[in-house]
Amino acid sequence: MHASVRPAVSVNITPPVTTGAHRETTAPAEMRMSVSRVNFWYGPKQVLFDINLGIATSKVTALIGPSGCGKSTLLRTLDRMHETVRNARLEGEILLDGKNILAQDVTQLRRRVGMVFQRPNPFPKSIFENVAYGLRINGSKLPMAEAVEKSLRHAALWDEVKDHLHKSAYELSGGQQQRLCIARALAVEPEVLLLDEPCSALDPISTAKIEELLVQLKDLCTIVTVTHNMQQAARISDFTAFLLNGQVIEFSPTPQLFTKPTDPRTEAYITGRFG
Amino acid sequence: MNMNAQLRWRKFVSNFMLTMTGLCALVAVSVLFFILGYLVYHGGTSINWDFFTKLPAPVGENGGGMANAILGSAKLLLLATLFGVPIGFFGAIYLAEFSSSKIAFVVRYAADLLNGVPSIVIGIFAYSLAVHPFKHFSTYAGGFALGVMMIPITLRSTEEFLLGVPRTLREGAMALGASKWKTIATVIVPAAYRGILTAILLAFARVAGETAPLLFTALGNRFWSNGWNEPTASLPVMIYNYALSPFEDWHRQAWAAGLVLLALILIINIVARAILSRGISVPRA
Amino acid sequence: MATTSTTVPSAGPLAGSRSFFDRLRDGDEIARLITLLFAASVVLITLLIVYELWQGSVLPRHKFGFAFFRTSVWDPNFEQFGALPFIFGTLVTSAVALFIAVPLGIGAAIFLAELAPARLSDALEFFIDLLAAVPSVIYGLLGIFIVVPVMRDVIQPALKNSLGFIPLFKGPAFGIGFLTAGVVLAIMVIPYIISVSREILLSVPRDQREAALALGSTRWESTWKVVVPFARTGIMGSIFLALARALGETMAVTMVIGNTPAIAASLFSPGDSIASVIANQFTEATGELYTQSLIELGLVLFLLTFILNGLARLLIVVTSQRGGAARA
Repeated sequence: MHASVRPAVSVNITPPVTTGAHRETTAPAEMRMSVSRVNFWYGPKQVLFDINLGIATSKVTALIGPSGCGKSTLLRTLDRMHETVRNARLEGEILLDGKNILAQDVTQLRRRVGMVFQRPNPFPKSIFENVAYGLRINGSKLPMAEAVEKSLRHAALWDEVKDHLHKSAYELSGGQQQRLCIARALAVEPEVLLLDEPCSALDPISTAKIEELLVQLKDLCTIVTVTHNMQQAARISDFTAFLLNGQVIEFSPTPQLFTKPTDPRTEAYITGRFG
Repeated sequence: MNMNAQLRWRKFVSNFMLTMTGLCALVAVSVLFFILGYLVYHGGTSINWDFFTKLPAPVGENGGGMANAILGSAKLLLLATLFGVPIGFFGAIYLAEFSSSKIAFVVRYAADLLNGVPSIVIGIFAYSLAVHPFKHFSTYAGGFALGVMMIPITLRSTEEFLLGVPRTLREGAMALGASKWKTIATVIVPAAYRGILTAILLAFARVAGETAPLLFTALGNRFWSNGWNEPTASLPVMIYNYALSPFEDWHRQAWAAGLVLLALILIINIVARAILSRGISVPRA
Repeated sequence: MATTSTTVPSAGPLAGSRSFFDRLRDGDEIARLITLLFAASVVLITLLIVYELWQGSVLPRHKFGFAFFRTSVWDPNFEQFGALPFIFGTLVTSAVALFIAVPLGIGAAIFLAELAPARLSDALEFFIDLLAAVPSVIYGLLGIFIVVPVMRDVIQPALKNSLGFIPLFKGPAFGIGFLTAGVVLAIMVIPYIISVSREILLSVPRDQREAALALGSTRWESTWKVVVPFARTGIMGSIFLALARALGETMAVTMVIGNTPAIAASLFSPGDSIASVIANQFTEATGELYTQSLIELGLVLFLLTFILNGLARLLIVVTSQRGGAARA
């Protein structure tokens, strides 16, 4: 079992063993992913310092912290999206089901770890084709229509679009587009879904819908979400990590972090004294 | 980690296409070096003092030079600049500083239209206005044709750079009580001068190589052209005529002229870009 | 300072509503009028061009009407002027040019925008921009002395041997003609396709590419299946721009096309284009009908490039707006 610890603050995480409903592959892992001694630089500037974190299977883990604390950067290392930026350098280990993702083929990795971005970014294709994209490039032999319907249902979007599947994705509202992006990511059946502030560009009603969605989705896959909104983290996540200046200050089960934070900085942040 | 065959194929395709598109880019760029190479090779040996100082020899005889064409091109370009640049420059000031958006739209549209007119059609136009009524070809007509072509480039670029001057500069001047035209003349235009200069240089380089508009305006001349009212030789037209001729010696001179012309144009282009890339002449707010 | 109630709509920043007399006193009104004059002259010149082309072609328009575009006889001696051979020549050479330049140009643009490292991309773009600055007559020079012999001695015989059963590649091949002119045009037009397409591809929002990569696409897949389709309309626009350029191209084509008003199936055949026939015959045209027929050809060219350029700009604008719409 991997305990996520910072030397100064020791917080022991023992998430309950999950009952194996879905796609546990090799051995049932309590930690679907783990981050060990990760340091990260953009060029000469170091932005992540000795990160150690465990992502619990079939749970929602939230990363919170003030702007610039490195939470998005950390999230993006989990599917190696940081490699799209020049001058990005990572040291350390990131494991998925016990195997280092940095040593694997990256396209395969990204099929298993999906991402939803801050602003909805559907492709200039029809709703159907957006969801089918991931399946098509992976040469999936599944009947496309069924797979698409399944994903749209999981993303709570099916009823709204089932009669309009061949319309352009851009005709949807912002909240619907974001759910479409979630459906698109779910279509390839990832084990982990990363969401980078998925609701920050959306109105409150869409936000509520997506929050509800995320809680339901954790049965399907492990969820990691970055959020600016502490109340959102408190509402939907099982575990929360608080980052500040590129370091994990505290990582605990959510109720504990928000009611009895151990680090004074955490307390200052969640009571609104900064950030 | 086991990569299945399908993934291997996809990766192969990806790398293959990377190479193929890179080849396309390489082919496209190497054309430039081919051109330069051939010009230097064929023309470099023919450039001598005569080329720059002598008049063309009588038809069929070897030797001679293109002094009249060089001077002719200079005169034509001078006229073109005197005509085209002020229109483009002051027109751009109007667009950037005074006009309403409706008028601005019309003027910009006209300028873009003008920019797209084929140069041979500009030649017809200049003929109709500046040759036909006077019943003879002239340097004026050629300068007019080239000047018309300089207008759209100068106008659009100058406007863009004027609009790019930061608001804080304008406000600073106005807060001191400067009138609008004073602000424009003493603050805005100097702030944008790099871009404006680049625009003028690029427009100049563009028309320096134009041949078609000169074919029925300045026509050509095997001797010195006196004043501005006579037809005149020009480098591009000389290249055209000599290249199509049956004389080896003329071909040689055409290469030489081509080298001189291209060198001039490329140098102006490079200088213009260098001026621009030295950054804007004003620190951003 | 009292301000009048009429607001002066001004595109310039700090649109003020100073009173007329204040502006006059400071010289602002004069400045406005002078610059307005210059701006208006741009519009005036453009209108004049249309006017001159229209007026200057009145004779053949009345005499031949639309038959001008259907007749293939161009005989100055008998005052018969049909534009068909030149329209044909212009279209054929442009088609050949696009056939060669579009795949090469878009491929290069994709490389520069998506696949190459930024410094390499900028360096190559610098050279491409220089290529666009090379004047037509220089391309013509190279056309006559380099391309024509290569076509005559190497390429055209090779084509005849391998593909000679197709009518396109039959007949005597002297190195000049439609194919050669098309090749030279292609070389001239590629830089335009590359720079415009590259800019359009670079303007595709970054997160489209990222979304594709995040789903496990390879770099080529994210480029070809997501970014390029996103930029599809704009790239069409760049092709239209290139076509407009090819249509109006005069000198290089004149020097290698053969200058024979011929309509032929073979690409090896000499021919003529609208621009090159004007360049060749204008100064020797005797008689009003002859000259004005050439001017009518100029009018045709003007209209064709006008429409194409207009369409091109529309398509390019639509693509950049779509980049905004995707963020809606």
